[in-house]
Amino acid sequence: MINRALVIGAGIAGIQAALDIANSGHEVVLVERQPSIGGHMAQLSETFPTLDCSQCIMTPRTVEVGHHDNIKLYTYSEVEEITGGQGDFKVKIRRKASYVNWDLCTGCGVCQEKCPWKAPAEFDRGVGIRKAIYTLSPQAVPNKPVVNPEVCVRLKSMAEGGKLKCGACLKFCPINAIDFEQQETFVEEHVGAVVVATGYDLFPQMRLPEYGGGKIPDVIDALAFERLLAASGPTGGKVKRPSDGKEPKEIVFVQCSGSRDPEHGVPYCSKICCMYTAKQAILYRHRVHDGQPYVFYIDIRAGGKGYEEFINRAQEDEGVVYLRGKVSKIYRDGDKVMVWGSDTLSGRKVEIAADLVILSLAALPAEGTSEVQRSLGLDADKNGFYISADGELDPVSAGVPGVFIAGAGLGPKDIPETVAQASGAAAKVLTLFRQVG
Amino acid sequence: MRTKISIETVMGAFVKDIELISGQDLLACNQCGKCSSGCPVVDALDVLPSAILRLAQLGIEDVLEAQTIWTCASCLTCVSRCPKDVDLPRVMEALRTIAMQRGIQPVDVAAVPDELVADLPQMAIIGGFRKFSI
Amino acid sequence: MGTPYFPGCTLSTKAKSFDVSGRAVAEALGMPLDELTDWQCCGATFPLSTDNSMALIAPARILIQAEQQGDPQTGTGKVATLCAICYNVLKRTNVALRERPEQLERINWFISTDTTTQGLTYHSKIEVVHFLEMLRDDLGWDALRQKVEEANGQNRVKGLKVAPYYGCLLLRPPDEMGLDDPEAPVILSDFLRALGAEPVEFAFQSECCGSYLAASKPDVPQALSNTIIEQAAQAGAQAIVTACPLCQYNLDKRAATARSTAKLPTLYFTQLLAIALGLSEEAWALDGHYIDPAPLFAVKSEI
Repeated sequence: MINRALVIGAGIAGIQAALDIANSGHEVVLVERQPSIGGHMAQLSETFPTLDCSQCIMTPRTVEVGHHDNIKLYTYSEVEEITGGQGDFKVKIRRKASYVNWDLCTGCGVCQEKCPWKAPAEFDRGVGIRKAIYTLSPQAVPNKPVVNPEVCVRLKSMAEGGKLKCGACLKFCPINAIDFEQQETFVEEHVGAVVVATGYDLFPQMRLPEYGGGKIPDVIDALAFERLLAASGPTGGKVKRPSDGKEPKEIVFVQCSGSRDPEHGVPYCSKICCMYTAKQAILYRHRVHDGQPYVFYIDIRAGGKGYEEFINRAQEDEGVVYLRGKVSKIYRDGDKVMVWGSDTLSGRKVEIAADLVILSLAALPAEGTSEVQRSLGLDADKNGFYISADGELDPVSAGVPGVFIAGAGLGPKDIPETVAQASGAAAKVLTLFRQVG
Repeated sequence: MRTKISIETVMGAFVKDIELISGQDLLACNQCGKCSSGCPVVDALDVLPSAILRLAQLGIEDVLEAQTIWTCASCLTCVSRCPKDVDLPRVMEALRTIAMQRGIQPVDVAAVPDELVADLPQMAIIGGFRKFSI
Repeated sequence: MGTPYFPGCTLSTKAKSFDVSGRAVAEALGMPLDELTDWQCCGATFPLSTDNSMALIAPARILIQAEQQGDPQTGTGKVATLCAICYNVLKRTNVALRERPEQLERINWFISTDTTTQGLTYHSKIEVVHFLEMLRDDLGWDALRQKVEEANGQNRVKGLKVAPYYGCLLLRPPDEMGLDDPEAPVILSDFLRALGAEPVEFAFQSECCGSYLAASKPDVPQALSNTIIEQAAQAGAQAIVTACPLCQYNLDKRAATARSTAKLPTLYFTQLLAIALGLSEEAWALDGHYIDPAPLFAVKSEI
């Protein structure tokens, strides 16, 4: 038994599992495909139901991970192949080319300042801009940038074989850390146990043509709205709508966009949207005192501790208007976005001329989940999520010896449940190490 | 007046008839309201489309008195968007069929003005008034 | 050898312009439509009750008549329509009879005992196609564009801003009709581009015009059609194009009678095609509209 663990994914689940294992004296190899750790929680402004600042509660952990003696962190990397079994897994990890020598880079940020090439920031879900050379956020761990070959004019000119263009970052980097010749590399690690914490991604708007199919600029997803609310986000926490930068006075939240829809989307409920929508509506009211949020819903799911009270707060204290009826159509009319919903409770079809529309898009297994399932010989349920060894009594075991799972990869869930599962998976790993080792 | 609900209503002959004629499982509808949200003729309806289905689910027979079932234009928008693939146009047809079997006659076809009949494409007359015969 | 064609009752009378322009363009493009030698009304709505076999008899007869003009031995063949509602009835009938063989058996028994169709049965192998489908799949948009370019003289449709209007029954229900996605359709826009026209997309492309409520509750189609026309006009359209005689009636009549609505003419897509191909004005068949489309296609020297 090799008393080291691999943790795949460094969102809050991966971070928690890695810290629990590392703090008990065992080495952890933590692999994350993004340039820095934190996953979706790093994109949030505040968390429900406490309205704690997400960065504030997460940063102590991400920094601890970054500095931990027992955690070997590989970001901008993916697990390529896993062979072997419990006690001795051989893990081949692909380290993508960042075109920056991270051993030299100090994270000063001059390259990002000087880079002239812009692109929509994936981290901001399209409501913010990044450069061709970028970090995900100012608090990124590690605070080392990567160069995106699709936007970087230098890399594109190299690929075309003509005259070399740009190279501003190369010129301005005070420590000569830019390396356009860098290639991807492979490393091999040996571990005794694996924790899978690959998380979730959102349903593509393109698959909801009756909601605009992703073509209406002022119809955004909840993570994008979260970036507008975040003080460290692209608008400094000012709620501005994408089309004209104006402050929206009437905003509509559309729940169940893709969820609970066996015909056109996914059959399951994405669990977190009722709560995060109430949260976002409350935060919006705090920012825009004369603004009115509306929420179109089918049911309100608020079973966690303090959750029902949180919904009551949104409805009673913050004046968020809840309308029970799934939205059928969203279209543009001049500078407004028309929303056709209904209020079945009063028996009316309802039309709202909104300034901004936020969709609660269904949570899907993160991109890359099926590759991880394949490399570990794990089964997927019919929606692509991992399957627990026992849905009731052993949710964090994968059913393959030595492999454990935590977080949204098993199915959509909130932060408390995710962290609990992560610690549970870590405990299983440590038990394994104790039993055999 | 209280609506009485019992095994006789929710599992009775009325509900079974609707399910047989429409070929639909009424309980598949979770009343999300998307059909009502997208119905183009809703301004002319007295009862929301989703409410029609609700009354049918519960076996409440005065759903047959609603104007909605005759004003439905069978545009099929609701069934195309329904998350549970419940064919509401077929349920409307089932309700019309049962209503006519019970002698409910909603429209006096003879009262339609001659100039209108002369002006309309005949498919409007055949389609529109086909609903009023079994 | 052309494609067997079912015009339907309205195209033979009130919507003759659709039929005339349709046959003319089909001929000009080398894909002629051969009217079925014997046909009757399709019933104008697909029967939505599962046990209504009687209402399926009329469309089943039409499909049998198409078999006679196809390959009677194997029962294979096609039938083409121009009218969207006929298309919907025939196509859904096909699906229903394939799904329910007992119902097909009962209908076949009735039909085979009837004097006019004695001994005939429907083998449920006929393919129901819409003329737009034939243009897209058999001819192709590139070939159509070329034919328009090769046509004589000026293309009077070139640069014309046209709103594509689909109505309901051409596309719904999508799993049975399969022609295009009703939420984000492209077939009419692709068609318009092939003609050199500029498709003007708008949010009400497949919103209901009110359909046969024109007979029983005319104020409903009045309101719905008004909205469609206003939205199309707001988006910059000079004309609307459609594939359904009932939609054409509702949009045209409502635009003519409503005081507040933009006066956009509503044409059948075959009329626009006839104009683009430079066919004779007879083939355009522009008479009978409430809002006259002719001024849009008149050359300056002719005014």
